[in-house]
Amino acid sequence: MYPQHYRFTKEHEWVYVEGDVAVIGITDYAQRELGDVVYVELPEVGQELTAGKVLGSVESVKAVSDVYSPVSGEVVEVNTALHQAPEKINQDPHGEAWLVKVRLRDPAELDRLMTASEYEAYIAQASQASGSSSE
Amino acid sequence: MIRKVRTHPTQNEPLLFEISRPGKRAYQLPELDVPPVDPEAVLGPENVRPDLEGLPELSEVEVVRHFTRLSTHNYAVDHGLYPLGSCTMKYNPRLNEALAQLDGLAWPHPYQPEETVQGALEILARLEAALAEITGMDAVTLQPAAGAHGELTGLLMIRAALTERGNPRQKVLIPDSAHGTNPATATMAGYVAETVPSNAQGMVDLGALERQVDESVAALMLTTPNTLGVFEQNIRQIAEILHAKGAMLYMDGANMNALLGIARPGDFGVDAVHLNLHKTFSTPHGGGGPGAGPVAVKKHLEPYLPVPRLVKTEAGWKWDFHRPRSIGRVRAFYGNFLVAVRALAYIMAMGPEGLRQATLDAILNARYLRQKLEPYYELPHKAPTMHEFVLSDARQATNGVRTMDIAKRLLDYGFYAYTVSFPLIVRGAMMIEPTETESKQELDLFVEAMRAIAEEAQRDPELVRTAPHTTRVGRVDEVTAARRPILRWTPDLPRE
Amino acid sequence: MLAECGLRSMEELVAHLPPEIRLERPLALEPARSEYEIAAEFRNWAQQNQVNGPCFLGAGVYRHFRPVVVQALVSRAEFFTTYTPYQAEVSQGTLATIFEFQTLMCQLTGMDVANASMYDGSTAMAEAALMARRLTRRDKLVVSSAVHPEYRAVLRTYSAGQGVPVIEVPYDPEAGWTQQDSLAQVVDRDTAAVIVQSPNFFGVIEPLEYCAELVHQAGALLIVTFTEAVSLGLLRPPADADIVAGELQSFATTPSYGGPFAGVIATREQFVRQLPGRLVGMTRDVHGRRAFCLTLVSREQHIRREKATSNICTNQALVALMATIFLSVYGRRGLRELALQNLAKAHYLATKLPPRFRGPFFNEFVTRAPGGDPNRLNRRLLEHGIIGGLPLGRFYPELSDCWLLCATEVCRREEIDRLVELVSQP
Repeated sequence: MYPQHYRFTKEHEWVYVEGDVAVIGITDYAQRELGDVVYVELPEVGQELTAGKVLGSVESVKAVSDVYSPVSGEVVEVNTALHQAPEKINQDPHGEAWLVKVRLRDPAELDRLMTASEYEAYIAQASQASGSSSE
Repeated sequence: MIRKVRTHPTQNEPLLFEISRPGKRAYQLPELDVPPVDPEAVLGPENVRPDLEGLPELSEVEVVRHFTRLSTHNYAVDHGLYPLGSCTMKYNPRLNEALAQLDGLAWPHPYQPEETVQGALEILARLEAALAEITGMDAVTLQPAAGAHGELTGLLMIRAALTERGNPRQKVLIPDSAHGTNPATATMAGYVAETVPSNAQGMVDLGALERQVDESVAALMLTTPNTLGVFEQNIRQIAEILHAKGAMLYMDGANMNALLGIARPGDFGVDAVHLNLHKTFSTPHGGGGPGAGPVAVKKHLEPYLPVPRLVKTEAGWKWDFHRPRSIGRVRAFYGNFLVAVRALAYIMAMGPEGLRQATLDAILNARYLRQKLEPYYELPHKAPTMHEFVLSDARQATNGVRTMDIAKRLLDYGFYAYTVSFPLIVRGAMMIEPTETESKQELDLFVEAMRAIAEEAQRDPELVRTAPHTTRVGRVDEVTAARRPILRWTPDLPRE
Repeated sequence: MLAECGLRSMEELVAHLPPEIRLERPLALEPARSEYEIAAEFRNWAQQNQVNGPCFLGAGVYRHFRPVVVQALVSRAEFFTTYTPYQAEVSQGTLATIFEFQTLMCQLTGMDVANASMYDGSTAMAEAALMARRLTRRDKLVVSSAVHPEYRAVLRTYSAGQGVPVIEVPYDPEAGWTQQDSLAQVVDRDTAAVIVQSPNFFGVIEPLEYCAELVHQAGALLIVTFTEAVSLGLLRPPADADIVAGELQSFATTPSYGGPFAGVIATREQFVRQLPGRLVGMTRDVHGRRAFCLTLVSREQHIRREKATSNICTNQALVALMATIFLSVYGRRGLRELALQNLAKAHYLATKLPPRFRGPFFNEFVTRAPGGDPNRLNRRLLEHGIIGGLPLGRFYPELSDCWLLCATEVCRREEIDRLVELVSQP
């Protein structure tokens, strides 16, 4: 389910690296918790992101969820297709629905993030804590 | 069995713009008795619009039928129980409506000389005095137009008072059970909203509060009874903790219907409180407004009340604009006067015993429903509740039936829904406030509906998950509405 | 019911409240009275308010004829005893009328989107200013001194909480519109928005196109406010604005001693995410039928809490419905004819009492009070049952010899002549 070459945050973002560019999105778990996504707010190209700080937000009809940047660096591309089709986040959260691409400033930041198996264990625990079902 | 409603009797109704046909008219104007003026000549051609393209053209009968038909697509208090928690959907007495339409009240202009509006000023002064007595506070402003507007007024007064003392401070504390207006208001007043956790009884955690309150805290915004319907047992201590650190206690009076004649904010340490005339004092909600959100304050905040203030002089009531420490105006003119008219009429009709009885009846109705519904739905907080209470969908959720589904199914049974998914501290919340308006018969019908839905959730969960089934339209697609917003009519839109 | 709850008396319902905070006496209010007595008391108060004679006050609140069907229709309980349309399936009536309202507001203002109403024009304007700050991420607000003084006061109150600087630009003492040179001087790269009113407080129509150019050059937003909605029936829509925030009292609300009225904010489509207040959208139900619902709610306080666009919750829905009915009665031709009658009445009055400013005006204008003391003239008029204009000294000391006079379609020619006759006596 969760790609092996991705890294994950506790706030349910994912990141993987192509060359010196990090691709960032939100996890399948996050999109399921949120429900039907209706709007995505993304940063502008050229904006500097800091690891752990808000980069934008994802909205469902009745909830807004901030998205935190897993890594630091300059935004080189944003997925503007999501403005027209936010539902892609529900359909393909780990692929087509990436949010931003960032020129990685400090690759060591990746080491602090969870691997796929660590993340799977983390969300298994989270689901138990919050009850059986999701809204 | 669905006892109240089966199918909706009315037809589809197009929009105004679709009914419109060129040349139809519903208006009449008298013959112009002064020379006509060429607009381009007096305004300049650049200031004149050639046409009002798009505005509808209808006959009077068409206008009347259109809005009458649309009205039948609504549920309203006059149809029956409207158990929307924290909204206090009580009966709106018709007397109040008749009074608000008296020419002498509907037509005074706000800039008329005071000697020509003494009746209006008398009404405002009497309402201020009555609300001061009901809340146990020293002074009242009727200027705010709604509850949230009252909150802003209150926080700005607290900011002004603290600023005068040397430091406006940075934070406003808000319990996790609060209405969303509270944190939004804190931001508008220039404060950072900080959450105070609730304890297992749904009340403010005193220990946590004590740790949080320091010299950076301007105020605590507290709703009591809170959104669980629970009265803060430690309200006195809460006030003391705040006051000891120079912070203030702001009370959101949205739930004041639980306290009339029983307890007064002024007697339990509150510095400022707003009331919702459209909740507690029976003025109609009007499909979302207008309301009014008067704010009552203790003496020490009086200098900061919005201008102008009513003062009694030998020549009668006057407006006093010279209030140098006031926060200024929060709106133009003096408030929602005709809402004040209705609220005063309500207070006069009820009298002191009537107001107290209304509160006790509202509590009894809520207690009765809680007692009757507990066998079928989870009651997450067991503390004694007042005018409202919160159930959860925990039992039904095991079958995939959630609070929203149960709410939608209630519509099939001829009731409006309770407040869905709020307060946020209860997962799958169902917040129920019957008000004193309801008779035992209506409450029993509601219990029967809720019992039946609980059973359906067991036997046929799909029936509940796909509700409503008997309303004029089925479940509305809010997702598409938000993804591709269509916020105004254009000729190319589909007609059906 | 008590027994079912395991209680013996009503008092037990509140026995759990701490004894030290309970009120142990009856509230000191007058005893309950009957419907008949209350009606008599209110009739008595109503009679103490003078409303029957001619009135030449405008200044943000206007006397217009109110078609009878407006009250007849909003008196339907299905409209006035219902709540905010949260449950769309049983609120299609209210939702459809709000959708119509939003459409009408766009048609009148030339904007792309309009919200479902604000408390009034003054708070709509203040909220529009806060919206412009969020959109531009700039701080400074510039407001014309020809904007309604009470609206400016509200703007200052709202801005004070957030520590926002508000700079006022003087009006042109000859033309009565916003002084363009001063505007050009203060608008800079820190300016979030410039706020002008048109027709402005003096009744003068602002040169909006020119303002817009100047404001947009600095990357700021132009907010246009209005207090006399009937003027929209004749004036070019403020389509150069980025945000339009105004008062709808003129559409079907009596002067009501100042409220309740309804404000509205309309804006361009790209700014909708920062628009405060409720919005209704068109969508479909599960069967594919056209339906309406509240939408883009994530902007609002109940979802976004401290990050919301505003704290507004309750608005002025029923007043917005009155405006919607009013506009469907007057419609495309009627609103224009109504506006033309207002224009003619005020210009007839102006032939007798010359305007103080040379800028074009709609249905109100400033004039120097004959003799130089408008208060004295108002007292004289009152003796004859006439309510005169608004003496301006209270808001503009330099204009203390002036009056703001308004003549709408309900002013009859003989009333205007009588006013002129009375004020022309020495």
